[in-house]
Amino acid sequence: MEKFISHTGTGVPLRRSNVDTDQIIPAVYLKRVTRSGFEDGLFAAWRNDPEFVLNQPQYKSGTVLVAGPEFGTGSSREHAVWALQNYGFKAVISSRFADIFRGNSLKGGLLTVILPQQAVEALWVAIESDPTTQIKVDLDSRTVSYGSTSVAFELDDYTRWRLMEGLDDIGLTLKQTDAIDSFEAKRPDYKPKTLPIRI
Amino acid sequence: MGKTLAEKIWDDHIVRSAAGEPDLLYIDLQLIHEVTSAQAFDGLRLAGRKVRRPDLTIATEDHNTPTLDILKPIADPVSKLQIDTLRNNAKEFGIRIHSLGDADQGVVHVVGPQLGITQPGMTIVCGDSHTSTHGAFGAIAFGIGTSEVEHVLATQTLPSTRPKMMAINVEGKLKTGVTSKDIILAIIAQIGTGGGQGYIIEYRGSAIRELSMEGRMTVCNMSIEAGARAGLIAPDQKTFDYIKGKPHAPEDFATAQSYWQTLFSDSDAKFDLEITLDADKLEPFVTWGTNPGQGLPLNGSVPNPADIKDAEARGAAERALEYMGLTAGTPLKKIAIDTVFLGSCTNGRIEDLRAAASILEGKKIASTLRMLVVPGSERVRQQAMKEGLDKVFLDAGAEWRNAGCSMCLGMNPDQLAVGERSASTSNRNFEGRQGKGGRTHLVSPLVAAATAIRGTLSSPADL
Repeated sequence: MEKFISHTGTGVPLRRSNVDTDQIIPAVYLKRVTRSGFEDGLFAAWRNDPEFVLNQPQYKSGTVLVAGPEFGTGSSREHAVWALQNYGFKAVISSRFADIFRGNSLKGGLLTVILPQQAVEALWVAIESDPTTQIKVDLDSRTVSYGSTSVAFELDDYTRWRLMEGLDDIGLTLKQTDAIDSFEAKRPDYKPKTLPIRI
Repeated sequence: MGKTLAEKIWDDHIVRSAAGEPDLLYIDLQLIHEVTSAQAFDGLRLAGRKVRRPDLTIATEDHNTPTLDILKPIADPVSKLQIDTLRNNAKEFGIRIHSLGDADQGVVHVVGPQLGITQPGMTIVCGDSHTSTHGAFGAIAFGIGTSEVEHVLATQTLPSTRPKMMAINVEGKLKTGVTSKDIILAIIAQIGTGGGQGYIIEYRGSAIRELSMEGRMTVCNMSIEAGARAGLIAPDQKTFDYIKGKPHAPEDFATAQSYWQTLFSDSDAKFDLEITLDADKLEPFVTWGTNPGQGLPLNGSVPNPADIKDAEARGAAERALEYMGLTAGTPLKKIAIDTVFLGSCTNGRIEDLRAAASILEGKKIASTLRMLVVPGSERVRQQAMKEGLDKVFLDAGAEWRNAGCSMCLGMNPDQLAVGERSASTSNRNFEGRQGKGGRTHLVSPLVAAATAIRGTLSSPADL
């Protein structure tokens, strides 16, 4: 995974709440067996609308999505994270994220930043009044800054460390193989197994 | 201080815990399907890793499979590639798979319980948010993304942060015609799509105890629609009886059961949040909007956004009414339906089919709509045919299909057309969920069947 320390880019104001993962990428786009190429499906239903924020020329090169509350609810599809990343987003800011989406994003290096709704509204206003506003999302100092504004956000130390080091979660867990082995040795026999097959 | 049911199970699965880090949880079972696994297997191959416990892993094909002509080659080449990729991965990594045509093919959350492989006290994951279904057995079961699928394949563990604990007490007795689906839709309408965020919900109370295992699965299934990480119900005699005799029931059933009987929230356990719902007052419920929290009793009317105080909720309601093509004040029972979908991991089990068939028996569906009946698994389909339910549906004018996720998410050819309106026993009414431009009303199997007969949203009492 690429290290995430800091990102600076322009923003895209998505003034909607409850943007579920079916909106981020509809099911018909989930048939690929790779991790790339999902940008075509990103917000597919809304992309037909010329008024939709991603279709407005001033937001074309935005890399920081600023969305309403309850972003990423619904399906666990990690394709939603891939679609946002494939399109070019590096960070998503919202006042509330659905748990699975947030977990997926932080595993995959898409930084999801929780700011108070008031700060999200202020950021929307700033972006809309000047779409070239540079937004800096800094993991080192755990702040989002633009113009003269700087807002702190919370992220647990462990996740922050993993993202800043670009560490692979599986590699970290495999260092605990001895602990897994000894846990397994004590598992009760009545726990079900899928093999051999019983019918 | 005592522990909640979920805390007991969580603590029993901690491989390692360290201050400032997520707990490393052991995973007892991973369920695999074609849509969220291909990239995980690719990751294993790239890193030269194996599946640590193929014997705690099981795969089936469900999301992307056709429900017609299942034994012919899949027509859509992209869908075919995804299914073939799963089959090849299962073979390469030694994982058990139930493919189209097999009795245990079907929606992954129907298959686990029917095999008896879903048991109390387990940790169960799947790259699918409706994994919470398995919580009905008193297990911690939750949906994960593809990176986590790969993590569990490689290590049989998952680093996880302990969620908060919520109790939802549903006390009292349901009226005739009110079902488990109505309980969960009412809960989501009350706490909202984010109300469960960060929590594991334990459903308790006399109305929950009274539900069958399949009814409990319906409730736990939609925990994710309230935003919860998982939902569960303490196991009891009904749970034990359901598992007994299933292919993968424990050989030493007595030992297993004596452990299962310890799985309940202690009387002095502390929940971070407790909510109580009066079962006596519940009515058949239906959604009117584009998220599962936008629901009302079927006797109500389409709400007027102007009456909603919260600006955010008001805006969402306005957008929802526009998308749904509804006018504020319209009685919900006046809404005409084009397609009725009976199926999914929420309501595609044998009891759901029996309930709908009991309403449809000897009747015809309205000439203005179509009805799709999609059993949750091939085994459910066979059982229904043994009971003659297929004939009831066909005689009524419905379509009798093969098992899979089908129109719940519209990934296979079973989709709504633009502007088409469904009454669906599934779990999500998101914009375009069942097909681009499609409009979804979530309902119980009883309401689905009554609606099919009358052509407008209806409960059996309206017949």
